[in-house]
Amino acid sequence: MRNVFAVARKDVLIEWRARLLLVRVLPFALLVLVLFAVALDSEALLTRAAAGLVWLAAMFATLLVVQRCFDIETADGALDMLLTSVVEPSRVFFGKVLAVAAQLLVLVVVLLGGAVVLYGVRIDAAGLVLLVTTVVTAVIGLASVGTLYGAVVAQLTGRDSLLPLLAMPVLAPLLIGASRATESAFGSQTIDLATGWAWTSLLAVFGVVFAAAGAASFATLTEPDA
Amino acid sequence: MSESMPARGASTLNLRGTSTPATRIIGVLALAVMTWVVVSAFFFTAPDVVQGDSVRIMYAHVPAAWVAYLAFVTTAIASGFSLVRRHRTLGFDRVAGASAEVGVLFMGLALVTGSLWGRLTWGTFWQWDPRLTTTLFLFITYVGYLAVRRIDASPERRAKRSAVLALLAVLEIPLVHFSVVLWRSLHQEASVLNPDGDVRLDGLMLFTLFSGVVAFTLAFVWLVIHRQRLQTLVDLQGTVGLDSALAARATEAVLR
Amino acid sequence: MKDLGFILLSWSVSLGSLALLALATLRRAKSLAARVPDDQKPWL
Repeated sequence: MRNVFAVARKDVLIEWRARLLLVRVLPFALLVLVLFAVALDSEALLTRAAAGLVWLAAMFATLLVVQRCFDIETADGALDMLLTSVVEPSRVFFGKVLAVAAQLLVLVVVLLGGAVVLYGVRIDAAGLVLLVTTVVTAVIGLASVGTLYGAVVAQLTGRDSLLPLLAMPVLAPLLIGASRATESAFGSQTIDLATGWAWTSLLAVFGVVFAAAGAASFATLTEPDA
Repeated sequence: MSESMPARGASTLNLRGTSTPATRIIGVLALAVMTWVVVSAFFFTAPDVVQGDSVRIMYAHVPAAWVAYLAFVTTAIASGFSLVRRHRTLGFDRVAGASAEVGVLFMGLALVTGSLWGRLTWGTFWQWDPRLTTTLFLFITYVGYLAVRRIDASPERRAKRSAVLALLAVLEIPLVHFSVVLWRSLHQEASVLNPDGDVRLDGLMLFTLFSGVVAFTLAFVWLVIHRQRLQTLVDLQGTVGLDSALAARATEAVLR
Repeated sequence: MKDLGFILLSWSVSLGSLALLALATLRRAKSLAARVPDDQKPWL
């Protein structure tokens, strides 16, 4: 467990020193929100679509965060060093998931703020509890899948374009679930709160499945080739 | 390997490809059954009571979809073995890759013929129904898998990464299917009519459909065997090319 | 026959692409087979 936090802390520190999240990923994600508004060009449509757009923007931003998270490792063979110094590769995986999740949490909160300001979304107290649960479970799922597929394409040529192609179909259930749950937290007429809670359980299952899959396959993915 | 080198002139001239008697038998059988299916689908079977003549597309669509999922399972099983059986990793990896290549073609065919059939029967090319959506996502996942396989990496690295990817797809597809089922069941619009719930197949129609499955499966087996051997040739060509270059250099040095 | 165009299109796309893949595989195998000695081909 200590190793997990050490890896996570290292990644977050590197990130904090570089401030890449702040100067590139956050502005990009907000820009996506603005561009959606321009493209849809209807306030009624925007309020209706707000939940889906927030998570779509979060998904795009995840890809950027994950790519960064592995580029700092593959430079100078840092990942190999890390794996030799830490006993269990799965702990490195969980550490990275934690670091990515922390960054994504900030990102999604900002995006939700953006939805309130730009799209005129309203959240009441009952919706807020559901919203927090949704964000936490969805961010864990996003971070697990992102880190896992980041490891699959790590050190391959052309990984920048491979990662979206591989990770986005896998994230489809998460996009559906998080969007519907958030929609009901935003107080939409079509989905009641109980259904919203049902979706968060799908998100939780999704997160657990891919966190376990990542922990199980991280050793195979990162071991040096024979 | 060194013993095979002096025979360069003799054995390489023998232009034997990837065919063997067994694959020839499979190929001839596939062609024969396929011919019967086409003739029966167009001329012998009657139009369906509900679907009319568009049911004739089904004799190609259902087998294509069946083979697509068969290929998906084959790839997953072969990938699992390639990770576990370390001394035969590359052999299993080639089977997984060949099966995925052929599977992506069949899945594309299932999608194309399915949407043509849907246009005739439902009036639209596409419906966001769980089965269609899952198949579409499986298709995209396969395309990504093949993209990883095409990357210029050592065969060992290619084998490892793509095997993990194929096994992850086994986790992904049920989740996609389940989430789309949940999504569509909550949707307010009237649910899609059951894709083939209304079909009543008589004996000959069923037999034609079954023959179609046999013909497409035989075609799949033939293609996978050949493409798996082709991949072996590609991998060998790399090492053989290097070996013969080294051998040539060695003789050069001796002659000097 | 009703909708013959769609039905023919379905079948020709299916059989055509299968035949193309099979031919391409055989052609490529033939050209590559010449560069690899027969005794290294596991299936012979």
